[in-house]
Amino acid sequence: MNLNTITEVKRPRTLDEIQGWRTGNAWLGGGTWLFSEPQIHTDTLIDLERLGWPSLTPSADGLEIAATCRIAELYAFKAPEEWTAASLVHECCRSFLSSFKIWNEATIGGNIVMSLPAGPMISLTVALEGAYELWPRDGEARRIAAVDFVTGDHANVLRAGELLRGVHLPVNALRKRYAFRRSSLTHLGRSSVLLIGTREMDEVLVTVTAATVRPIQLRFRNSPTERVIRETIENEIPMALYLNDPHGSPQHRHHLTHHFTREICEELFAL
Amino acid sequence: MNFNLNGRAYSATPAPGQCLRTFVRDLGWYGVKKGCDGGDCGACTVWVDDKPVHSCLYPAFRAEGRSVTTIEGLAGSDGTLHPMQQAFLDAQGFQCGYCTAGMIMTGAALTDEQKQDLPQALKGNLCRCTGYGSIRDAFAGVKNVARDLPGKSTGASVPNPFAHDIVTGRARYTTDVPPPEGMLHLKVLRSPHAHARIKSIDKSKALAVAGVVDVFTWEDVPRKLFTTAIHEDNRVDPDDTYVLDNVARFVGQRIAAVIADTEGAAEQGCRELEVEFEVLPAVFDPEDAMLPGAPQLHDKGEFSRAVRPEQNIFLELHGEIGNVEKGFAQADAIYEDTYFAPRQQHVHLETMQTITWRGEDGRYHVRTSVQGPFIVRSKLCFIFGLNLADVHVFAERVGGGFGGKQDMMSEDLPLLATLKTGRPVKWEFTREEQFIGATTKHPMKTHVKIGATRDGTITAIQYRVVSNTGGYGNHGGETLANGMSGPWAIYKCPNKKGDGYAVYTNLQCGGGFRGYGTSQTTFAIESAVDELSHMLGIDPIEFRRKNVVGPNDNMESAWREATDLTMGSYGLDQCIDAIEKALRGERGRAKPKGEHWLEGSGMALSMLDCVPPTEQRSGSEAELLEDGRYHFTVGSTEIGNGLVTAQQQVVAQTMGCSTSRVSLLNADTDKTPYDSGTFASVGMMVPTKAVENAALALREKILGYASRHSGEKPEHCRLEDDHVLCGRRKIALTSLYAAGTKEGVEFTAFRKAYGSPRTVAFIAYGVRLAVHRITGEIVILYSAEAVDAGVVMNPHQLRGQVVGGVVMGVGYALQEKMLYDDAGAVTNPTLRNYRIPAIADAPETDVFFAETYDKIGPLGSKSIAENTNNPVAPAIGNALRVATGIRFTTLPFTEDRVFAKLQAVV
Repeated sequence: MNLNTITEVKRPRTLDEIQGWRTGNAWLGGGTWLFSEPQIHTDTLIDLERLGWPSLTPSADGLEIAATCRIAELYAFKAPEEWTAASLVHECCRSFLSSFKIWNEATIGGNIVMSLPAGPMISLTVALEGAYELWPRDGEARRIAAVDFVTGDHANVLRAGELLRGVHLPVNALRKRYAFRRSSLTHLGRSSVLLIGTREMDEVLVTVTAATVRPIQLRFRNSPTERVIRETIENEIPMALYLNDPHGSPQHRHHLTHHFTREICEELFAL
Repeated sequence: MNFNLNGRAYSATPAPGQCLRTFVRDLGWYGVKKGCDGGDCGACTVWVDDKPVHSCLYPAFRAEGRSVTTIEGLAGSDGTLHPMQQAFLDAQGFQCGYCTAGMIMTGAALTDEQKQDLPQALKGNLCRCTGYGSIRDAFAGVKNVARDLPGKSTGASVPNPFAHDIVTGRARYTTDVPPPEGMLHLKVLRSPHAHARIKSIDKSKALAVAGVVDVFTWEDVPRKLFTTAIHEDNRVDPDDTYVLDNVARFVGQRIAAVIADTEGAAEQGCRELEVEFEVLPAVFDPEDAMLPGAPQLHDKGEFSRAVRPEQNIFLELHGEIGNVEKGFAQADAIYEDTYFAPRQQHVHLETMQTITWRGEDGRYHVRTSVQGPFIVRSKLCFIFGLNLADVHVFAERVGGGFGGKQDMMSEDLPLLATLKTGRPVKWEFTREEQFIGATTKHPMKTHVKIGATRDGTITAIQYRVVSNTGGYGNHGGETLANGMSGPWAIYKCPNKKGDGYAVYTNLQCGGGFRGYGTSQTTFAIESAVDELSHMLGIDPIEFRRKNVVGPNDNMESAWREATDLTMGSYGLDQCIDAIEKALRGERGRAKPKGEHWLEGSGMALSMLDCVPPTEQRSGSEAELLEDGRYHFTVGSTEIGNGLVTAQQQVVAQTMGCSTSRVSLLNADTDKTPYDSGTFASVGMMVPTKAVENAALALREKILGYASRHSGEKPEHCRLEDDHVLCGRRKIALTSLYAAGTKEGVEFTAFRKAYGSPRTVAFIAYGVRLAVHRITGEIVILYSAEAVDAGVVMNPHQLRGQVVGGVVMGVGYALQEKMLYDDAGAVTNPTLRNYRIPAIADAPETDVFFAETYDKIGPLGSKSIAENTNNPVAPAIGNALRVATGIRFTTLPFTEDRVFAKLQAVV
């Protein structure tokens, strides 16, 4: 929609062109969220498109994804065969409620900083044990584990004006085996729960997203009993953390989190 | 900035925060539509450098140096349609056509691999009309168009006359016209409170905003009470509404209107208004609202016509035939429970929108998206003290209605602004405004008690319906009366008793909605009948067959129906047989693999009164043109109902020609005869009947002159396409016209039609589904609907209406829910949070037609489409009952609601 409060658009080629930060500024990635709702407290868009950050840089260490990488580019990425968990990219992209047309514009960074519980790029990068590089307006860049970035429904650790520069996915996580479970109240709708399990040696890491207001990771060793699974979930996820929104009730999300965690453990420990 | 648009170089500068959608529309490319303006519906799909994007989310400034293609630029420069346009044309893959440009622009960009997975590929393209049946056909290369043979159009799937315009983006909806010179934009401030009295409104800051021209509050409008509901008889609804009121009765009620040079300035003006409210106690539950001490919403005395305003009861209805007490005493089994059927939003993809201006003729013109332009004109004249002759209301093409546009919602404020300023004014509802400030289906709670003897004879039916009409009573009484009639009259039973209440609360208003009160109560009775059959150990289909009305039975609910309601035809038996056979057949998908899936089938019925009991009339003017073609005018509205196609077919059948020789003009108070409005299933029965009457009269006139002209006896003259056959001589209509007019013959005819007597139509729906015992996921495996529509005028169009209704019913049954916070505000007013069915949610549906000939409707046909959604929710509930043993009584049956009860199922 038209953002009628916007009076200026800046399209820097380097970030040096942007000095300081003021209320009313907004970084513009793909625009697919910003332009979907009135932004009455915003008057200036700072477009990241011309910064020219390389979207995807694979290396022996893993994969660097620029915040400005389009979903469509990530979806089209051909990973080395030994990156068994890279198929999660497809699973997670297809978990968007939105159409592939939106993927042509929406960015990985945009999905992460919006910090929606059902943001599938959050699910992906947390499950693959990613780290985010953050660029504060003043001061040095900092790195944060993906799991620690989102703090609640639409809330994260970013300070005013701080920019998500990119995501690093480590190669050891990309080489893991995984199990994927998702549910939504409508077919191909917004996730009510999205659980990803990955296995390394005798440890299974289960990443719970969409069900809860922030991502939560559960660790299981050997083949846990149903009781261990149940108690682990109850200990790690208090009922208050389950999301209540039009896409699911907390009770159902709680129920499915247990159900899918059991399935994931069963599947991965059977390998 | 420079960019390329549909092959042309452009140099134009967008506003900083402008999206590409409005930018290309400002340049005159109106094929790009606004469905949601938030990226969810896909109606605005365009290509940027050959990649499809949602132009409502695309920053316009990023088009710099790029190449943009809209639907208008898709066809070849010689006009050759793109294969995807041709496919939609061949399949007639649209109804109202508003989503079509986006569908085609998406479809034309899909890879072959994507086309194999349409549920994924089309999840960003919503259609509310078709149920996606004809859209699937377009992708599968199915041709749904029959040859248009002279005099043989009845029963043929002749194409929609607007089809080519729709697939090329040239069909003009309300705002798809260049803005009149000096046009202002209107925006409204809406109430943040569910119940509040306005103490003061300070306009000064709003008026100081650059570009703001004026601000209107309750003090600036005529203090005249009216109802927004569109009915021929305005007294069936309460006069409880002002253009702007000093009391807000729901969150979202309009408080003030700001007009400005730009939409942005008008929005800013609304934000700058300082309103001091005295917040009043609010009540949201209609049962609470009827209790002593509840806040009273209306105190408008005799004008409000509320029967018990102190209890917030607008209307109560009570009736009994026979004696239910005795009936229950005879019963061997009695079932009773309470069913809750909630709101549903229409989600017509074109939001409400209106442009008003004062013409050079000094008259006021209202171009709008409405289902009843003539009644809107009457209301506007009443409110503003204008003469009917001074106001012109018309709808060129409406992007869906479903009853939502049976209220005057967007016309009064722009006209007020035009009256005050003399300037043209446009008001477009946002999608959010549709959710918070327009109408919805009335939520109804129905308590039903039903008894039968061991042999399966129903002995008594008792029901109590409480309808929440919201802050205002528009349609509250009529939907209650309708909901208490048809669904209960389909079962013959000597003892019936009904009590009903339409109650004011501080929530948004109910309105007209496909089914008009009957969807809600059909859910109750069709579930209850099913449950009773299980109690008696009788097959639910057999139980229905034993108890439904037959062709010679009286139709009675808790009262005798008006005796102009007759069975002009009867096909209920055929509908039930067809669904029974379909459910026993092999069609549909298999149950998903895994031990936790349970499976069940269910069915439900619906009966439709083909015209409402209130006044309903229409007229049609027919004309033979100089070129030998026919032109008809009729006041009804084309809202995706296919009415114009059907009317063309009726003319073609009557005049012995092909439909291509017939043009029609609709919905225009200047150019067409008076019409009460297109709602309540009247389309086929009243305006189309008027068209038939006019065609018959014109035919008689033409043949009468042909006989005099040729000297052949009248019985030896007949119309054949472009000529009259008089004996053995062919006289071209053009020659006849020339000869006749020379002699002063006028080849015109005007005829009226009236909505009485009325006939009834029948529907049976069957579904087989699987439900996952642990997660609660529900998958529809097979879906079939049988309809009794009399003679089927256009099989493809009718199938579309059926499939579209079924999918709207699936949405109601399984996913659509409007949510409110504790203060009465809607919390999910977007299409991403209020999910109507996407193609992935829409089952394919087998459609069966009963073979009947109606004695009342035109050429033996009758209306049906309104109720095609009605039996879906109860049938799904009945199937769930069979699968799980559990009766679910609250809609929708979403996973997160049903899973808890399923855990007990072994």
